[in-house]
This record gives sequence, structure tokens and C-alpha cells, in this order.
Amino acid sequence: MIKKEVEIKNRTGLHTRPAAMLVKLASKFKSDFFIEKNGVEINGKSIIGVMSLAAEQGSRLILRFEGEDEEEAAEAIVALFESGFGELEGLKNEENKNGQGQSY
Amino acid sequence: MVKGKVIEGIPASPGIAIGVALKYEKLKPKILKKELKEEEVSGEIEKFLMAIERSKSELRKILTLAVEKLGSKGAEIFEAQILMLDDKTIIDKIIERIKGEKLNAEFIIQDEIEKYIKFMQSSGDDYLKERAHDLEDLKNRVIRNIQQQKWLSRFDTSRIVVAENLTPADTILFSRNQVLGYATDLGGMTSHTAILARALKIPAVVGLKEATKSIKTGDLVILDGYKGILIINPEQDVVEEYQNKIKRIAEFERKLEDFKFVPAVTIDGRKVTILANIEFPEEVNEALESGAEGVGLFRTEYIISNGTIPEEDEQFEEYFKVAEKVYPYKVVIRTFDVGGDKIFRDYHREDNPFLGWRGIRIGLDKPEILLSQLRAILRASVKKNVWVMFPMVSSIDEVREVKKYIDLAKTQLKEKNIPFDENIKVGVMIETPSSALMAKEIAREVDFFSIGTNDLIQYTLAVDRGNETVAKIFQEFHPAVLRLIQFVVESAQRAKIPVSICGEMAADPYATVLLVGFGLDELSVTPKMIPEIKRIIKTIKFKDAKRISKRALVFKTQDEVKNFLMKELKGIIPEIEI
Repeated sequence: MIKKEVEIKNRTGLHTRPAAMLVKLASKFKSDFFIEKNGVEINGKSIIGVMSLAAEQGSRLILRFEGEDEEEAAEAIVALFESGFGELEGLKNEENKNGQGQSY
Repeated sequence: MVKGKVIEGIPASPGIAIGVALKYEKLKPKILKKELKEEEVSGEIEKFLMAIERSKSELRKILTLAVEKLGSKGAEIFEAQILMLDDKTIIDKIIERIKGEKLNAEFIIQDEIEKYIKFMQSSGDDYLKERAHDLEDLKNRVIRNIQQQKWLSRFDTSRIVVAENLTPADTILFSRNQVLGYATDLGGMTSHTAILARALKIPAVVGLKEATKSIKTGDLVILDGYKGILIINPEQDVVEEYQNKIKRIAEFERKLEDFKFVPAVTIDGRKVTILANIEFPEEVNEALESGAEGVGLFRTEYIISNGTIPEEDEQFEEYFKVAEKVYPYKVVIRTFDVGGDKIFRDYHREDNPFLGWRGIRIGLDKPEILLSQLRAILRASVKKNVWVMFPMVSSIDEVREVKKYIDLAKTQLKEKNIPFDENIKVGVMIETPSSALMAKEIAREVDFFSIGTNDLIQYTLAVDRGNETVAKIFQEFHPAVLRLIQFVVESAQRAKIPVSICGEMAADPYATVLLVGFGLDELSVTPKMIPEIKRIIKTIKFKDAKRISKRALVFKTQDEVKNFLMKELKGIIPEIEI
């Protein structure tokens, strides 16, 4: 078994796109993959699970890998976290509340 | 019962509907715990798997409809839901529990998914909280499919749909029916219902607060999407009044049809180019169908979604899509005009955002953002019909600096042998008093100007028009504003660069004559105003417009200007009160 601690670097956290990337990558490996946040552990191959972790930027997660290809899995998945899921330094968007927010 | 009760909301999509209300209440599936006999277990699992498949195929249909109507960006939420339905880990877990606990599928699904919904709801992040709604929706969909009820999404005759709130899926599905209008308790101008209703050209009023409380299915309702009101069980004379209004509007619109595809040339031969302002690529069709001769303002903020700016490649695809559709006409792409009251609220706070970090200021502070957008815009310019424009410029230094980044972006593309228009036109928005007053000097540095009147007025008069207390003194015809506009146009003409105007003022029939008279080459307006603006231009003489605009500059107050215009333009501008 391998345990690794990672930090969410991308600004938007594990929202849909990063979650899908993570699950897709994890599913390529035979090993089991779990993610723990604040004492809650979920299956890292479940997109609903990953999304429900509600991991925001700066969250620390413990990754656990167990199985025959655990080393490769750990390496690949940690690298994905390190890369910030390939996201550009994003801007935080918020829907304009007063509606008439277009500017000219 | 009080006849003709009026409730007020937010006008979300223009138009008037008179019809019978259909109150739409979301069914919450009833879930009972039921023990299964050994021989029922495999059938239950089968039912569960079929419900997943059925839900997937429903969502794929909705996705197709949504992509068609909202574009791929607006359809993202359905993609996420489909992705969640593919969650093998959870599906296996549910099957395992049905087998082990010998309980009905609905109960196990409810129990299993609720845990995740709770986790999500406890997040501090609004975006993830919203995803909890998506998961809840999805769970209900699967359970409904197990119980094999159909959600109401088709009904026979034309109805005004009244609901507390509509999910994007509801709105999309309803749109396949004869919906006369949408009325919802919740929502604002940018809610899914509002955006979609506008795209579908269905009248809508949102944010009514008590519509579902006050209306019963079967009530006669008038929905006024211009004023943002609902009239419940109106008196006969009110109905007739509205029927006449519908007729008048239809007649007026029919007349305007004739002006759609003719060039806007004054009686004495002065041609003004009429362009469209758009916010999403999907609006290009509407713009062209309304008679636009290009896009004078393509806002790019929409592309920033869920807190992320897409990579250069994705941006390029979006911009190119528009450039291709508009070709051979041009599209003026404005770089991100974020900041102010719009974005960064979560982690970037300012006491005075409109005077803060926004528009080009952000681009210059975050060159990586600016450069990737510039490369994407340049790449979209291969057909030589793309112009690039920068918002919120307040000094000539910014103009010079921004031009360096354009050169840098060009060099970067050349190194990779990526084609683009070497002579892309570079312009700025004139929307601050300082840029207007420096227009002569700035004009020598750029290829074109576009006057953004909304901000120019706001900054010149120091009035936030979103602030109800002072909104009254937001005056489009304030002499100070008119003088600035006139000066900017004159400066552009001296430097022999084209100048257009893209604020809401350009779409005000009274202002049209004034602006044409000042000598603006182009007016860029919301697509639906194009035929009307063309009609006005075709009705006037440039000579008269020049005289009127010159004269308008001598007045000292907005009222004086307006009275003068009303007198001069009597008979040219129809008295149509909508």
C-alpha cells in the first residue's frame, strides 16, 4: 500500500472536469484508489464520490493506492494533482447578480 | 377572488402572452422501504440498470437539445450528469446492497446517494453546492425511471408555465411544447430560464416571488415580458387592451421586416453600417438574420466558466466559430472585460470595483491571461475578418503596452508557424472620460475606436445606473456626454480611423439621428433593434441629422436636448409604446 498527501492547486477545486480527469486516469490502473479528506474516505474511481468531497483549492487530501500497479498509479495520479489538472491560472467567475452586468 | 391581480417580477424575455396557466410542480418521488423476496432480487437489479440506461438516454436527448439551443457551454451541466450516471463504483455498490440487504432499489439509491448530496451541501464552495442540486436531480430522475412515471414535459394545448423554479432540463423539455410564456417565483436576468427563454423568443417573467401561490392551473393569465408583470384573471377590457397591443407589436414588426436586409443609407446617400452586439457564439445567427452587417462587439466573458479560463485552443475554437459564421463580414472581438461587479468576488474584494481592477488593467497585470487570449484571437483571424479591441482603457500608456503584447503574441505564433492575419486591426473602447479627452492622441496609436456609452456615461456623470437611488441622473442625453461623443468622433475622423458606438444608446431611436449626425460610421446594437435602426436611418437626411446634432450640442440640460429632439424627430420616430 502507498499513501501520499497532496494539495489541490487549481483554483476551482475538484469540480466536474478535474474530477472526470482524475477518475478516468485512476480507472486505467488495477489498483484500488481511495481519497481521504477530513477523515472521510471515498473511492477515487467514483466521480460522484470525488465530486462530493467538495475539495476546494488548498484542501489537503490523503491518497491511498493498493494493488499490483500501485506504484505506477501513485506516480501518475500525484503528477496530475501537481499539474493543477492542467488548468490555467483561472479567474473565479460569478454570475452577475444584478443582471444588467454587461458593460460597453 | 380579486379580478386582475397584478404581480411584479423581473422582465426576463420580451413579448406578451395571454393564456391559460399551467402550474408545474416538481414531483418528489415517494420512496418506501420494501423488503424483497430472494427471487425478486435479480429482477430489482435489472429494473435499476434499466432505469440508469433510460435516464442516460433521456439526458442525451436533453443534451442534444441544449447544445442546439444553448451551445456546448450551456449544456455542460447535462454532460456532467451523464458522466455521473457512468459511475461504476456507485452502481456496483448499489447492486451489492440490493443483493445483501434485500431491499428495493429506490430505497437503496436514496440512501446511498443522499450521503454524497449531504457531503456536497456541506461544502463552503457555491459551485459545489450547486452540483448537489444536479446530483439530487439525477437521483430523482433514476428513481422516477424505476417507478416508471413520466415527468410532465408534454401537454396538449398552449400554456403559460408557472413554476417556483425551472431546472435547465425542465426549460429545455418544455420548449418542445407550445409554451406561451414562462413565469417563475425565483431567478434573475441570468438564470437558465431567462437565458433560454430569450434564445427561444418566448416571453418570460422571473423573480415573481409569489406566482405559484397566487396562480392556479386553469387561471387566465397575461404575461407581460416587457414590463415584467403578470395579471391574473384579468378583466375583459384589460385582455382586449393587451390583445390590441399584441396586434400593434406584430404589425410594427411586420413592417420592420422590410428593413432587415437593406443597407442603412440616408435619403441623401450617407451609408451607416449596422452591426450587432453579441455575447455568445449562438447569437450570430440571430444577428445575421436580423440584418447585421457584422459583429461590432463580441463579448468574450461568457467563456470564463465555473472559475476557469479555457486554454488557448478552446478559446480559438469559440472565436473562430464566430469569425467563420460572420464571414465575409467582420467581427470585433473584445478581450475579457472582467472585474468590477462581475467577477473575483470570492477572493478579490474592492470597495469600489468600478474604479478598480477591471478590463485591460487585469490583462496587463496578468499577461499570461492576456497573451493566451490574444493568440486565440489572432489564430481566429486567418480569414482577415477579425478585429481586436480592448476595454477600459484610461491612458495612452496602456494602449502602447497592449500593442507590445500583440506583437509578442504574433511572434509566438510565428515561431510555431501558426497562421494569422498579420494586419489585424487593433482598436480600443472609448469608455472613460480620460480616453475620450485624449482621443486625438490615442487615435494615432490605433486602427479604430468603439465608444462604449454605458460606461462612458457612468464614469462621466459619476452615476451607477444599477443604483436605484441615483439611476434617475444617469442621462444618455446629458450635454457633457454628447460633447464627449462628438469630440471622440471628430478625433477619429481627423486621424482617418473608423469609429463606432456599441453602448445601449446606439439602439435608442432618438439617439440614432444624433449619432449619425455626429458622423459615426457604424452603430453596433442588440440584434433585435437592427431593423428599427435601419428604418430610421433610411427615413432621414444626413444633412438634417448633422444640423440636429450640431444644434443639440448647444443645450445645457438633458431635458432641453430631449425636448428639442422630440420636436425635430416628430413623425420620424413612431410613437410606439410597448
